[in-house]
Amino acid sequence: MIRMENVNKFFGDLHVLKNLNLEVAEGEKLVIIGPSGSGKSTAIRCMNFLEVPTSGSVYINGEKLTSKNRTKVVRDSISMVFQQFNLYPHMTVLKNLTLAPMKLHKKSKKDAEELAYHYLDIVGLREKAHVYPSTLSGGQQQRIAIARALCAQTKIILFDEPTSALDPETIQEVLDVMIKLAKENITMVVVTHEMGFARQVADRIVFMEDGQIIEEGEPEHFFTSAENDRVKQFLSKIIR
Amino acid sequence: MEGLFSLEAWEKVWTFRSTFLLGLLNSGRMALFALLLSLVLGIIFGLMATSSKKILRGISRVYVELIQNTPLVLQLCFLYYALAFSGNSMGIIATGTISLGVYHGAYMSEVVRAGIGSIPKGQFEAADSQGFNYIGKMYYVILPQSIKIILPPMANQVVNLIKNTSCLYIIGGADLISVTYSFVTGATTGGAYAPAYLVSGLLFFIVCFPLSTLASTWENSLKKRESRTVETQNTLAEGMVAKQ
Ligand SMILES: Nc1ncnc2c1ncn2[C@@H]1O[C@H](COP(=O)(O)OP(=O)(O)O)[C@@H](O)[C@H]1O
Ligand SMILES: [Mg+2]
Repeated sequence: MIRMENVNKFFGDLHVLKNLNLEVAEGEKLVIIGPSGSGKSTAIRCMNFLEVPTSGSVYINGEKLTSKNRTKVVRDSISMVFQQFNLYPHMTVLKNLTLAPMKLHKKSKKDAEELAYHYLDIVGLREKAHVYPSTLSGGQQQRIAIARALCAQTKIILFDEPTSALDPETIQEVLDVMIKLAKENITMVVVTHEMGFARQVADRIVFMEDGQIIEEGEPEHFFTSAENDRVKQFLSKIIR
Repeated sequence: MEGLFSLEAWEKVWTFRSTFLLGLLNSGRMALFALLLSLVLGIIFGLMATSSKKILRGISRVYVELIQNTPLVLQLCFLYYALAFSGNSMGIIATGTISLGVYHGAYMSEVVRAGIGSIPKGQFEAADSQGFNYIGKMYYVILPQSIKIILPPMANQVVNLIKNTSCLYIIGGADLISVTYSFVTGATTGGAYAPAYLVSGLLFFIVCFPLSTLASTWENSLKKRESRTVETQNTLAEGMVAKQ
């Protein structure tokens, strides 16, 4: 479903991704962990070409992503949920959800709204359809952002630290929505430090450090038999 | 030289009132076309300035810096005399319109650039991540958010543009200031300096003051309205919930 081949990314002289190879299968839930600055965001952003790799290739369903086809491939196959939600502040929640379905996926207003209400029900915020995002709490905004991603009905959803900007008391409501999603056949790539979530949902965890994957395995492997000392040290800090 | 309180001088100005109105009309017409040109240039070069392509940013930068760091009067003379000497003069009004349009286009470009630049990066990324192309992203997401930041300084540019029609006097234009100048130095009409310039200034003020007032109240009311819509929407939504 997603394949990264020998991906390198430089920001100026800074070598951020170092020959990264990573494959995500259809329906797989992959969690990426690792210390701050290790390149997790850059890696996940290369998957939808928000960052263009300096060298190497990214394949989506076997099709090589290029600057030319990225708009079409992303529109049809990949959605993203951001740490800062990035809802459109000048639109109501409903408009946020129906914009792409109407303008990009050529759905009628009626179909797009039906779809929007369906996903608003899933994230439990139907009653917020007509408010503006700024009136919502962080957790609610993130649930709307997830609903917006779902409205595109793509097979892949990328999450870059979706709960890192939230107050502790609203983190769980967002995680609960993501756990619900994980039961569907959606391919999820999640950068997170929520190890409880990872343990419950992930098929596989990869640990990144300094632009490379230094350990990967099933969640249980990380909790019981992580090999690398850096990994053990990191886990001991974040597992509560 | 006749003074401010000379009745005779005021009568002279009143007799030739249509001259002043014609000057105002010429200035206004020129300002209008120059404004359209400056808007087109401002949007094009402003968008270029926020592009990810270095070459486009570079071109926009050169235009803006060249125009902003040389006097308008010089640009006007350059265009007028360069064309005149190459044998294809296009007339004072056309020269004035183009010069003013190009000059204020550079300032409009900066206004557009600043407006777009004030939108958080996350908004661009959200649109990109949904698969919008450049035009869709700008049209649906970025410009609707930057318009309220762009409009007030743009209105101020319109005021400047109207005042700058006065620069045309250097090439002997037909604008309000040129007309006033001919009037006070004319063989039959000459002399009524103070009243003539006072009237001319008043005409400028009558046009410009409402515009600049509009610009500043606009800015405040847009800000206020924004917070008010949010509240209205909120109560509206709560009402709907209560009904369900
Ligand atoms: N747009 C950028 N320009 C320059 N450096 C960047 C940019 N984005 C990220 N970096 C740098 O790349 C490194 C990896 O960043 P990132 O992928 O955000 O790490 P993580 O998400 O794991 O914290 C960091 O050192 C960061 O400062
Ligand atoms: Mg990050």
